[in-house]
This record gives sequence, C-alpha cells and structure tokens, in this order.
Amino acid sequence: MSIFVDSSTKVIVHGLTGGQARFHGLRNRDYGTKVVAGVNPAKGGQEVEGIPIFANAAQAREATGANASFVAVPAIVAPGSILEAAAAGVEVIVCITEGIPAQDEARVYAELSHRYPSSRLIGPNCPGVITPGECNIGITAGEIALGGGPVGIVSRSGTLTYQALYELKQMGIGVTTCIGIGGDPVPGTSFVDCLAAFEADPATKAVMMIGEIGGTEEEKAAEFISQTMSKPVVCYIAGVTAPPGRRMGHAGAIISGDKGTAKAKMDALSGAGAKVATNPTEAGELMAEVVRSL
Amino acid sequence: MDLLEYQGKQYFARFGVPVSPGAIAETPDEVLEAASQLGYPVVVKAQVQVGGRGKSGGIKIALGPEDARAHAQAILGMDIRGHTVRSVWVEPASEVVREYYASFTLDRAAKAHLAMVSAQGGVDIEQVAAQNPAAIARLYIDPFVGFIPPQAKELVERAGLDERAQAGTASVLMDLYRCFVDGDADLVEINPLVLTPDGTVHALDAKVTLDDNAAFRHPEWAEFAATAELDDRERMARQLGLQYVGLDGFVGIIANGAGLAMSTCDVVNQVGGRPANFLDIGGGASAEVMANALEVISSDANVRSIFINIFGGITRGEEVANGIVTALARVDIKVPMVIRLDGTNAEQGRQILRQVESDMVISAPSMMQAARLAVSLAGGTR
Repeated sequence: MSIFVDSSTKVIVHGLTGGQARFHGLRNRDYGTKVVAGVNPAKGGQEVEGIPIFANAAQAREATGANASFVAVPAIVAPGSILEAAAAGVEVIVCITEGIPAQDEARVYAELSHRYPSSRLIGPNCPGVITPGECNIGITAGEIALGGGPVGIVSRSGTLTYQALYELKQMGIGVTTCIGIGGDPVPGTSFVDCLAAFEADPATKAVMMIGEIGGTEEEKAAEFISQTMSKPVVCYIAGVTAPPGRRMGHAGAIISGDKGTAKAKMDALSGAGAKVATNPTEAGELMAEVVRSL
Repeated sequence: MDLLEYQGKQYFARFGVPVSPGAIAETPDEVLEAASQLGYPVVVKAQVQVGGRGKSGGIKIALGPEDARAHAQAILGMDIRGHTVRSVWVEPASEVVREYYASFTLDRAAKAHLAMVSAQGGVDIEQVAAQNPAAIARLYIDPFVGFIPPQAKELVERAGLDERAQAGTASVLMDLYRCFVDGDADLVEINPLVLTPDGTVHALDAKVTLDDNAAFRHPEWAEFAATAELDDRERMARQLGLQYVGLDGFVGIIANGAGLAMSTCDVVNQVGGRPANFLDIGGGASAEVMANALEVISSDANVRSIFINIFGGITRGEEVANGIVTALARVDIKVPMVIRLDGTNAEQGRQILRQVESDMVISAPSMMQAARLAVSLAGGTR
C-alpha cells in the first residue's frame, strides 16, 4: 500500500521530447514507472524511446488512460502545463519546475481548487513522489529508496528528502511513499494533506516529516498531529541558524521576525507529541527507535 | 528584491497609485537644485532599506535652502541601523489631515491574496496589529477571481476611514492591487497613505518587495539591481548567479538545495562551529557552478575551512567531483576542504575525487563526520 501513486499509476511526461523532462522522464521509466505518454504541442505523433508523443494532455489521456502527469518544463510554461493536465482529468500532477512566479502559483492553485478539485498538484519546485519499487515521478534517485514500508516520508526540501531516504535505507527501514511537497509559497499539496493520507494508509505505520523555516505549514501540521494523527511522527526542521528576514535560497525559506522560526516550529511539533530531531541523522535514529517499538 | 522608497513610488506611479513628484539626490547641491525646482517646503528622506528612518533623524522637513543644505549634509552618509545613506529623496512636503495604512501581500497559510487597511497609519503597523488587531481591516482575495470595486468600498468602510477619504482610497486600492499582481510583487505597502486638506489621498511612503522569480518578464527591473544592498561577497555571488547569504562564522558552506544548505549550517553550528555563509548551488550544478562557488567562498577572509555537502538528485556525483577538480585547478584555495558526496552517481564522483585528495582535500563518509572534521580543521570551536 502507498499514497498518491502505485504500480497502477500511468504517467504523461510533459515536454518529454527534450531537456530536464526527457532526462528525468526516461530515468523514471527505467526505474519501472509506467511512463505511457509524452506531450509536445509541435511533435504529436512522434516517439521518444518507444513512448508515444501527443499534441496535448487530453489526447494523451484519451489514448493511454494515463492518470498522472509529470511537469518538468520551464517556469514560463509550467503553469499552463499543470492546468492542461488538470483540464484533461489527470488526478495526480507532479511539478518539479523551480522559479515559477508566486503570483502564477497562487492563480494556478486557486484555479485548480475552483475548476479541477479532483486533481492533486504535488509541487511545484519539489523532488516529486516515489513509492519505491512501484512508481517514481520526479528527480529522486530511485536506488536510495528502500520500499515495503512501514514509514511514510513528507518533506518540504528536495535534498533533505534524499537524505531522509538514505538514512532510513542505511538502517534497513523501508518506506511506503515519499513525497516532496516543495518549498515554494503556494504548494499544491500540504503537509496536512500528506499526513492525512498516511494516517489513512494501512501500510504506513509511522511518518517522518521534514520542514524548514518560513510560513506556517509546520504549525498547521502540528495541530493536525495533536488532533487527528494516531501514528507516530518524527520531525526535523532545517534553518535553526538562519538569520531572520533573509531569504535562504528559495521562496519557502524566509522568516520575518519571530514568526516561522525553526524554534517555533520545533516547539509546536514537540508540543503536539511528535519526536523532534536536531539533525537529519538523528531523525533517522529516532525513526529507527519508533519502528523497533511498532 | 526590496525596493528603496523612491523606486517603490516610481513603481506605484506606473500603475496609477498617486505619489508626490520628487527627485533623487546624492549630494547637498543636488538636494538644493531639486528643492528649488519642487518648491519649499520639501521633505528630505534617507533612502535605505530599513525601517525607523524618521526616528533615526533620516527624514527632515526643509523650509528653505539653508535647511535643505543642513539636512542634506546631515543625512547623506548617515548610518541608520547599519545601513549607510547614499541617496535622499526630495519631495514637496504634504499637508496631512489623516494617515492611513494599506497593503497587499500573499498569505501563504490561506493561499490567497490578503488586503489590509487601517485608519491608524503612520506608525509601526505591527504594533497596531499586536495591540489592537481590530484596527486593521483584513480581506482575503481569491486570486482566481481577483479584487473588485465593491470589495474595495466595503474594505475602506470597515476600516473606518474618514468618509471623504473612502472613495479616493478605494480607487487607490484598485491600482495598488494591479501593482501587486501585474507588477509581480510579494508585498506592496503604503504607510502612510495620507488624506490632504483638499480631500485627495496619496502615498507618502512605499514599500515594495518584488518576486525575483518573475524577473524574466520584467526586463525593467534590471535598474533596481544596481541599488540592491549587498555585501561584497553577496555582490560577487549574485554576479556569478549563486544563491548566497553571508553569515558571520568561519566554516564556508557549499551545498545543493536550500534545505540541505540550511541543514548544513545547522549541523556545523551543532558541533561547535559557525557557518560563514549559506550557499545553495541548486540542481544540475555543473563544474562551472562549483568553481564559482569555491571562488566566492575563498574570497571571504573569515573562512578557515570549507564544507562541501552534496546529495545527488538532479546534481550527479561525477559532475560535482569534476567541478571540484576544475575549481581546484582554477581557484587558489588556502584552507582545508571537507567533501561529503552521496546520492546519484556518488561512487563515480568519489572515484574522481581520489585524484585530488590530500591533507587539504578530504572526503568524509557522513554529514555529521564531515561537519566535525570541517570544524576541527578550522581550528575548533570559537
């Protein structure tokens, strides 16, 4: 069992004909993901390594029964691709594109909520989602993920997601699904969405959550953990040493005043009953303890 | 990117938000010339990206040329909370009946635009928010629908603005919202928005934060980069296209991904060191990017060791390793360097690194071990 994607997930790769989309789309297929179609408005009818290319997402879905989209096209066109996939009825849309303007993200999020409420956007500016051994959409190096559960991972940071997978694998602990929600101002899928899905997934017995400074998503997650979660949660928050008011590399990681600090988030999470680690390695160790006691 | 007040006002003006005419000046003579053209009395305002300019003596009214010269001499070169004043904005003094507050920002928690209007402007709005939250009228705006005139009207009524200011303010809000959305700002704020005796309203100050991600569709933003307040390291990093934030420690940090870079700073701190910087080389980091990163770090005299922490996703191990090899040939690095490399093609990367390993270039197997090593090579804690 898993959340959001599994062995039945069929993926359309937007822009499969070139660039990042081709590189990662083909890597995802090599991993075993069912990449059934590519989209390029100018190259419908062609093929990329045996994968048919369609002029748009609607045709791709019609012809292949695809239920997921992988958007890795540049920021200037990514919002259009996300909405195109949603309009075609695709259920899970993973967007790894970084650098999408915040106003575009806010509009896309609002349009999805109004017009396509049954489509889930993961990202943008995220590493994607992987259910090890079944489906990998995004840029995660599949070989660092050990499958089979019992841990679900949700993370706002790309490289810290890999770090978490790696720490768990070192200790022989498998994951059900690992989701990078991305660090942008308006992510399509939130911590709470993922925690709720993990809570409902019988195969997931514990959850690792990796947050960072800025925003209030971790605080909302703390509220959800204290009120709704029955499964243990281990957390790590990056950015303890970040100076206030500075942007640390991407839009998500900015703090103003004492709001959104690592300390505030860690306090909220431990107050909610989560185990809070002070570094990624410790997070892995805490999770190992949790798994042993399951 | 934060704009200076005068740049913010010019940005406002593009979208029809009313501001006073004025001129930017960098010398007392320029201040006098601007003042005589604009007509006394004028306000001389320090242009720095920090609040509390008025309290620090950075905003003064000049009734005549003597005043103007004295104020210009006092303010130009003044230090306001660590920011040196290099220019002043000169504009005609406004007659103020009332001071209001208005802003638009993106509320990340609500995933919507947030408008805030208050009849208690001209003061620290965060204080108002803390002491009397009811004094700020808030409205969430669905970005898919946008902001419409009846909402603006309702908002100014709810904020309790003087009746004769309401229509004018509602109209300013409509223009300010366009500035926020079409102008790709993260924040637009007017504090104070003033009501003058003739019943009109205009922006007496301007705070604008632009979304760097939208720069590709705003070629006109290039001019703002020249006045961005950066230290030398940050300026160099920006020219090289790196995500760099200067800190005050002694362990230089290079990592891929903002999360890992922050975490690397935290871990260095945890084992008793202090990070000299935050530097995210991002996804797909090439040899060129790594060499540039090392160049910026080694230009920092405080750096006593360097910690390179790479976990391969998009960034492939052999690319990183090749980058380090290339950089070592190009940049003269005088401090020891600890490299931790994992993830995609990490083994190939480590193979490549073996050719350059020495007392000064050391590979470490884990993030914590690398952090401890980097801190001890820097001469330990302090």
